[in-house]
Amino acid sequence: MSILGNRVVRREDPKFLSVGGTYVADLDLPGALHLVFVRSSMAHARLASIDTSAAEAAPGVVAVFTHHDLGLAPMETVVGMTPEAMTQPILAAGTVRYVGEPIAALVAETREAAVDAAELVVVDYEPLAAVVDPRVARRDETILFPDAGTNTALTLDMGRDEAMFDGCEVRVQQVIVNQRVAPCPLEVRSAAAFVTPEGRVEFRSSTQAPHGVRDTLARALALEPDDVHVISPDVGGGFGAKATVYTEDIVVGWCARHLGRPVRWTETRSESMLGLGHGRGQVQTATIGGSRDGTITAFDLAVLQDCGAYPGMGTVLPFMTRTMVSGVYTIPKAECSFESVVTNTTPTTAYRGAGRPEAAAAIERMVDIFAAEIGMDPAEVRRRNLIASDAFPYTTPVGTVYDVGEYRRTLDIALDVAGYDELRTEQRRRRDAGDPRQLGVGLSCYVEITNGIPEGEYGSVEVRPDGTVVVRTGTSPHGQGHVTAWSMLVAEQLGVPIEDIEVIHGDTDVVPRGVGTFGSRSLQAGGNAVNQAAIDVVEKAKDIAADLFEAAREDIVLDKSRGVFHVVGTPALARGWAELATAAVAAGGNPLLAEVDLASPGPTFPFGTHLAVVEVDTETGHVTLVRHVAVDDAGRIVNPLLAEGQVHGGVAQGVAQALLEEVVYDGDGNPLTANLADYSFISAAELPSFETLFTETPTPVNPLGAKGIGESGTIGATPAVHNAVVDALAHLGVRHVDMPATPERVWNAIRDAAERKGA
Amino acid sequence: MIPAPFDYVRVKSADEALAKLAEHGDAAKLLAGGHSLLPLMKLRLATPDVLIDVGRLSELSYVRDEGDEVAVGALTRHHDVATSPVAAAGVPVLAHVAGQIGDPQVRHRGTIGGSLAHGDPASDLPAVVVALGGTLVVQGPRGRREVAATDFHRGFFEVALAPDEMLVEVRVPRTVGPWGFHKLTKRAQDWAIVGAVAVTTADGLGVGLINMGPVPVRARAVEVAVAAGASAADAAASAAEGTEPSADNNGSVAYRQHVARVLVRRALEDAGV
Repeated sequence: MSILGNRVVRREDPKFLSVGGTYVADLDLPGALHLVFVRSSMAHARLASIDTSAAEAAPGVVAVFTHHDLGLAPMETVVGMTPEAMTQPILAAGTVRYVGEPIAALVAETREAAVDAAELVVVDYEPLAAVVDPRVARRDETILFPDAGTNTALTLDMGRDEAMFDGCEVRVQQVIVNQRVAPCPLEVRSAAAFVTPEGRVEFRSSTQAPHGVRDTLARALALEPDDVHVISPDVGGGFGAKATVYTEDIVVGWCARHLGRPVRWTETRSESMLGLGHGRGQVQTATIGGSRDGTITAFDLAVLQDCGAYPGMGTVLPFMTRTMVSGVYTIPKAECSFESVVTNTTPTTAYRGAGRPEAAAAIERMVDIFAAEIGMDPAEVRRRNLIASDAFPYTTPVGTVYDVGEYRRTLDIALDVAGYDELRTEQRRRRDAGDPRQLGVGLSCYVEITNGIPEGEYGSVEVRPDGTVVVRTGTSPHGQGHVTAWSMLVAEQLGVPIEDIEVIHGDTDVVPRGVGTFGSRSLQAGGNAVNQAAIDVVEKAKDIAADLFEAAREDIVLDKSRGVFHVVGTPALARGWAELATAAVAAGGNPLLAEVDLASPGPTFPFGTHLAVVEVDTETGHVTLVRHVAVDDAGRIVNPLLAEGQVHGGVAQGVAQALLEEVVYDGDGNPLTANLADYSFISAAELPSFETLFTETPTPVNPLGAKGIGESGTIGATPAVHNAVVDALAHLGVRHVDMPATPERVWNAIRDAAERKGA
Repeated sequence: MIPAPFDYVRVKSADEALAKLAEHGDAAKLLAGGHSLLPLMKLRLATPDVLIDVGRLSELSYVRDEGDEVAVGALTRHHDVATSPVAAAGVPVLAHVAGQIGDPQVRHRGTIGGSLAHGDPASDLPAVVVALGGTLVVQGPRGRREVAATDFHRGFFEVALAPDEMLVEVRVPRTVGPWGFHKLTKRAQDWAIVGAVAVTTADGLGVGLINMGPVPVRARAVEVAVAAGASAADAAASAAEGTEPSADNNGSVAYRQHVARVLVRRALEDAGV
């Protein structure tokens, strides 16, 4: 009997639910100094002077550093695609370009002393005009980087095929704002560093990618990777925003080397809202065309991506949007071009879905708009255009090759489970009755890409002489449950209890190589690497067993029910893992170990259908999510409990983007949502119990048949909820409401529609 | 997120609190539940030199039946008001509203006196006490005095308390019959974008508005209209009359005034108008 596919409870949880995790801020670092940053209070200004003298004289202060003290090169461009002239200096160099940009680093004996002294740093700003809206920024009237001469950091112009919509009976265009949101991991950014007597930098980081931190930090400090040792202890969430290195991390490392003492830094929530990268931030101009029988024949998406003040990961995410532009549909002509521009705001980065939720939001919103235009049920329009299950591998108009899918099945299940026809009946009843609380039903049929930038991953399995197993993985989790899942994979291959399996991650010395945990890649890449290493270690064990039994190797079998090897036909004479591991060490001194550097088997394409039911109070505009049905297919599910957990968290964040969350700046670039009172972070009180279902269509791309599940929630849920809100108001003449569908915004849409009708 | 340095004293009686207030004057702030004051201090928007912690004064934590009135000690936690049988019997609206404030953590720390004395017009309880025509009992070096709830709030975060005085009790009349309370929030835990309450006491109908100006608002025009025989819908049409709500990320002035009319109508309907 296989352990795979069972709801094995998380091995991680007893610790988290009792004594709690150990995060960077919890680490005992005797004698550590505390670093705080003086941050810009202006969105765009020249720094006439920075007077640190009063702060340096304050009690407990060890040093105050500004840009010139560091002598460090600016941050690197993103894979060579973003302009050199727009790279971020490690501390502001003469100009600040967003509120929250680090200007000075202050180091003191205590955190309290550092915070008090930071208030004594006097920054003389010469204000410059700020530009906040990317639609304005692209006009280049206010330039952030004079040396670049433009605010445009990156463009992908596929050329516009004007004939694309020729012959379409129906053609509709809509501008859709996919608003900027804050990732808000519960653990904010945190780092610590000290230098060993041998001169090695010991670095602790709340990161999704410790090996990436090691390499980036080494380059920034002009060291070799081996001169840096990174450990990421427990990490309290990242959502993509902790996948890269920040300027603050580099300052922490530099200060530890420069001062010769341990240095630690943990940002506050208020700082995190300005300093941790923001997600999304696209203005999309979408055009859909087709015929009145419901066939969609053309789709064009022009993306304007907000990079924030310095082009980072967010700048290149529209490539992912383009990859997924035509969604689950057989649209013969589809294209996506984009332009990424800088603004005087916090830089944007990857956030749960990273470019794919934006794609799903655009096509799914436009399918509903198309359905409304031709007066057809949105479920029926989807049915008529879904890629058939026998059409895979399927190449889309932009060249993306989908591996496998049963799209129609997830739609049918979602409609059935939700009771779609009954919901429509109830909707009609409320409309006929003029009920102030209208019902809306929203659908989203999505497909996304996981392990989208295919990279390999490291995994190893070692059996110790006492028979316990140690697994080393390059995917460093921050809440996903890798310890449980990887234990299950190894238990499945070795036939040992999961209690005897230790999973090690997040230490660049113990795990020699690694890429990290992001892009829903872990099971596909890291899991398959560990799975292969487990298969390999069984084969090595068979070699040893053959020697011990003095039998032919092909006659050696592993009895997984007992975790023992024997010669075929003589199960009573068996040797356990401990004996084989001991024999391995005795024979050659080498542990019974298999290491795998898995070459990437390429991306996979999870899919599904989400259906949301909302109630809209048409008198106030307040939206309540009543039900959310998620039917997801991530290929083979190793542990449904973990998969559901991923769906739950992702759906919550998706609902939050649809209804609540938005990073808002005023016209001068002052943030208006820089704490969790003003930023509408969602809570359980705003959410119903989710109805989560899975179908399992194994991918042929990897041996486990697994696809990623980490981001399907934000990708699937956001458009479903968004569509449900508009659906509730369709009879009032509302065709679109931008996200988040806040009470005032919804009420304004109702009022505007009423005025249009009246006019 | 780290407050400026301050001194802290925990007092054992109301008299000791008053003595400390007399000693430190303006430089001191009373600390009750801390759910309004501490965030301001962490943002360094409030920088008192001395915090006088009155949070454990059990002598001021009670809900008492006093015949025509219910008396609530200033340091009674929202949770204790929400679950008080005396409140449920005498002023059920007060128990209901206390049970809707923030989240369970807030309700177990925040106090009715703290909420009123803080003077935030976005808080729920001040508008309810104003609608009820309640009385606030204030103690200071010159003894005890009573202030009508409608006179207590003077401006945005400004109340009729001298620096050496503290609020010790909130007295509200018993309600008669059904009542209504509605607030619009984005999230359950948020301050109301707008809220409305309608109650009937021996003195007649009282209608209060949350977050519709610098102080909790008594919607007199609505009360007059109802007294004159107007329907809930007709009376509610004047709910926003004379209000000066602030505009922010959650709502423009016009939106808030619209919502006030909607919520007042609903509250009136619930109250049997």
